[in-house]
Amino acid sequence: MAFRRTYVRPMDGWWRRDPFFLRYMAREATSIFVVVYAMILLAGVIRLSQGEAAFGEWLEGVSSPWSVAFHAFLLAVFAYHTWSWFRIMPKTMPPVAVGGRRLAGSTITALGIAAAAVASVAFYLMVRVLA
Amino acid sequence: MPDGRTVEHITIEVLRYDPAGTEGPRTQSWTIPYTHETSVLEALQHIKDHLDGSLTFRWSCRMAICGSCGVMVNGVPHLGCRTFLRDFAPGPVRVEALAHFPIEKDLVVDAEDFVAKLASIKPYIVPKEERRLEEGPYVQPPEELERFESFSHCINCMLCYAACPQYGLDPKFLGPGLTALLHRYNSDSRDGAKDERMELVHSEEGVWSCTAVGYCSEVCPKQVDPANAVNQNKTASALDWFARFLPGRK
Repeated sequence: MAFRRTYVRPMDGWWRRDPFFLRYMAREATSIFVVVYAMILLAGVIRLSQGEAAFGEWLEGVSSPWSVAFHAFLLAVFAYHTWSWFRIMPKTMPPVAVGGRRLAGSTITALGIAAAAVASVAFYLMVRVLA
Repeated sequence: MPDGRTVEHITIEVLRYDPAGTEGPRTQSWTIPYTHETSVLEALQHIKDHLDGSLTFRWSCRMAICGSCGVMVNGVPHLGCRTFLRDFAPGPVRVEALAHFPIEKDLVVDAEDFVAKLASIKPYIVPKEERRLEEGPYVQPPEELERFESFSHCINCMLCYAACPQYGLDPKFLGPGLTALLHRYNSDSRDGAKDERMELVHSEEGVWSCTAVGYCSEVCPKQVDPANAVNQNKTASALDWFARFLPGRK
């Protein structure tokens, strides 16, 4: 074989090269905030097990203006998390046929987002009724 | 935007690399005439025929079948023959060799890794059982074909590899297009080599290197949806792993 001298391009900063990669990295990053919020809720459960006073302190903490602002930020992050994962969902599952016809990817995404919206509203109403 | 006859001009920037030279890659620009129908491939051919005969690139069929003319156009993987300059007016249009592959010369990449992996997935039907001529053909029912037909449309153009950052970061990854082709043969009821191919799927370089970026399916010129093939095989691989704990399994 003849002598070959190929040129390999570096991968540094690959995720900044295309808006698609930026959206992918944003999707992955939102997962960190899901873990963070799970920790906050877990702390609430632990404080609840320690009695009414302890839980009251936790509740007071999450009701502070900074916490409310953080919750508003988290809501936006979770909305992006939900949208971006349902967007990739059709690519992660076997084809679904309804009445002999393959369900379009956009339909699967729309159904997923609709299910998430219905679940969120139902959960919100449940909390309002019980509170 | 020019109509079929109007001639406009646009600047084409090409990332050039000469393996015999002492320098690394460099960018060279040409301003060329184009019409409504001029493709990126035709632009490259114009440069080679009239302006610089040393410009090197691959092409063959000019109609999105052979999969030879894949290049990065303004950073996005495209087939040069079905990408039109009109969509990039007023320019400039930057053309570069397919990302994530070593550059052999100018727009030609070293595809040896891809070709070796192509052979490793056995991209052909290995009959389950030998049949004598009088037993008739191996039959594939249409409803079975429908389940995997899209994966058989792959033309090995490697655009999905240029779109896959995981392949760029670790070229040992089997990658999107070949997993789609592998899935096509594994899904065929006439085939008997699934177990051998699944070893590739389960391996470190198999489907688990994929992080569901999904760009491979976006850039595919044949709507093969390789991301779907890879992710369906993640499920298959996980089920296979759990099935090992069932009694009677190895």
